Amino acid sequence: MSSALPRYIARRLLQLAPIVLIIVLMTYLLLRLAPGDLVDVMAGESGAATAEYMAELRRQFSLDQSSMTIFWNYLQGLARLDLGFSFRNGAPVLDLILTRVGPTLLLMSASILIAAVAGVALGVISAKRRGTVLDEAISTLSTLGFATPVFWVGLVLIVVFSVQLRWLPASGMGTIGGPGLTTWAGLWDLLRHLTLPAATLSFFYLSIYVRITRSAMLEVYGLDFVRTARAKGLSETRVALRHVLRNALLPVVTITGLQLGSLLGGSIVVETVFSWPGLGRLAFDAVFQRDINLLLGIFLFSSFLVVVMNLFIDVLYAFLDPRIVTQRS
Amino acid sequence: MKNLLHSLWSSRPLFAGSTILLAITAMALAAGLLYPQDPLDMVGRANLWPGAPGFPLGTDMMGRDMAAGIVYGARVSLLVGLFAALLSVLIGVWVGVLAGYFGGWVDDLLMRTTEMFQTLPSFLFAIVLVVILEPSIQSIIFAIGVTSWPQIARLVRAEAMRVRSADYVSAAITIGLGHGRILGRHILANSIAPVVVATSILMAQAILTEASLSFLGLGDPNVISWGSMVGAGRSTLRTAWYMSVLPGVAIFLTVISFMLLGNGLNDRLNPRVARKQRAATTLVPA
Repeated sequence: MSSALPRYIARRLLQLAPIVLIIVLMTYLLLRLAPGDLVDVMAGESGAATAEYMAELRRQFSLDQSSMTIFWNYLQGLARLDLGFSFRNGAPVLDLILTRVGPTLLLMSASILIAAVAGVALGVISAKRRGTVLDEAISTLSTLGFATPVFWVGLVLIVVFSVQLRWLPASGMGTIGGPGLTTWAGLWDLLRHLTLPAATLSFFYLSIYVRITRSAMLEVYGLDFVRTARAKGLSETRVALRHVLRNALLPVVTITGLQLGSLLGGSIVVETVFSWPGLGRLAFDAVFQRDINLLLGIFLFSSFLVVVMNLFIDVLYAFLDPRIVTQRS
Repeated sequence: MKNLLHSLWSSRPLFAGSTILLAITAMALAAGLLYPQDPLDMVGRANLWPGAPGFPLGTDMMGRDMAAGIVYGARVSLLVGLFAALLSVLIGVWVGVLAGYFGGWVDDLLMRTTEMFQTLPSFLFAIVLVVILEPSIQSIIFAIGVTSWPQIARLVRAEAMRVRSADYVSAAITIGLGHGRILGRHILANSIAPVVVATSILMAQAILTEASLSFLGLGDPNVISWGSMVGAGRSTLRTAWYMSVLPGVAIFLTVISFMLLGNGLNDRLNPRVARKQRAATTLVPA
């Protein structure tokens, strides 16, 4: 185990390398496919530019070179962590992205937490009360979760909890001019702002967790060691929580990894609805301003983010189930 | 008796799903008859709440008929859902069949690509594609189709690998049938049932994704769609929430009809593994 785990991580990294390469290549192709290049954007920003001046600019940025050279320059830029410059925002793309990662990660982890805790709990209840009205009700609820548009859930929650009841704020991450984050009041303020967006984003994932937990529980219930545990005279609750749930949690972890990409997609919509100042909101602004450079920078960055988080989940999985490290090629 | 009850119970989703879907399709087809005028035209006073005389679902902030918008929006949703799902089935089936049947480096290459598409934040990818290609019905269909095929590819690949080692395929190889014949007659034919089920779930997802895209302002600017109606209603959410809520209900009903259809078909076509598969169906949010 001690030497197997690093080797497992190394193997996973090796498998991820081609994926990362293809992502970079694709981002580059999309960048080239987009109508207009950097110089067109700059000319558009400045209002007027002569053809000679634009040609001069293209030469300065080496955009008049062959495609291979431009791609090579692009790769070198990436190696220096240079994702280009956003002329609309007057700042390097990477700087813009880095200021927005925190809020998005906060939103995503809060949503996963809510969805996992509530989803696993409902899934356990559903599996234990299999075939009852309660089971039916929970499975109906999870079907509703799959079919409801995320942005619509968000808007309805705003109407109910912000407009009608006035319990929770509908936008932003904190009250303007409110207490700082270093105080308890500030943290409480953040929590109040986080509640609605996190609940909205978690609604869909709750449904997934309920289903996965339920079916995994039912599968594990059929295994021999559960019968043994019961034969030992353990209580039903103990069997359910200690023996069955523990093993049923593995697919739950797997699904979290598989859904990270779509969770990020969901947060674009949720951040737009709640004006949450994260990556998704930045992406929306980039779309609105047709700032292709920034948009593709976000695309590339979040793809990396998902790849890295997947690696993290793999390692977590290996800790939970050591067999994974030695099994499978 | 017990069997009869059971089959009724299991076909209930099929019945409910197809009924809702038929109603929505009829609505989409009859849109031109019901509301001959362009749904983007101003036809009445602005901000009329549902129930106003002549406007059962009210009017929006520009005086457009909400009911007309919802009826015409059905066209966009169904169209995008259908063609985006078809495109991703086309890609997915090809990738899956080739990977599963030929194995080896073909499989490696195709599965790495599939894995990459699964890892990518697919909604963000779709946004990038629509922005670069300019928003239109076609670009939306393309963007959704190109980003949602991995599920199908994996499904078909597993099926192809299973069938590949079956005796009748070995027999077909022995009597000298070409790859094309074997792929078409044996491998594809055997994966139709699960693909049909997955397609109806894909349509549900495609409709949700289209709604999200147009909610973000990336819909086709020349047609009215449910997502763009919800998006437009945001500005008056505090005073006139029905403008956002009503089109959302339409999206919900359409999506759930496809999901019920998928679940019902799954129970029908594949009763043994139905429960398990249903649990394993993962979706992309919108």
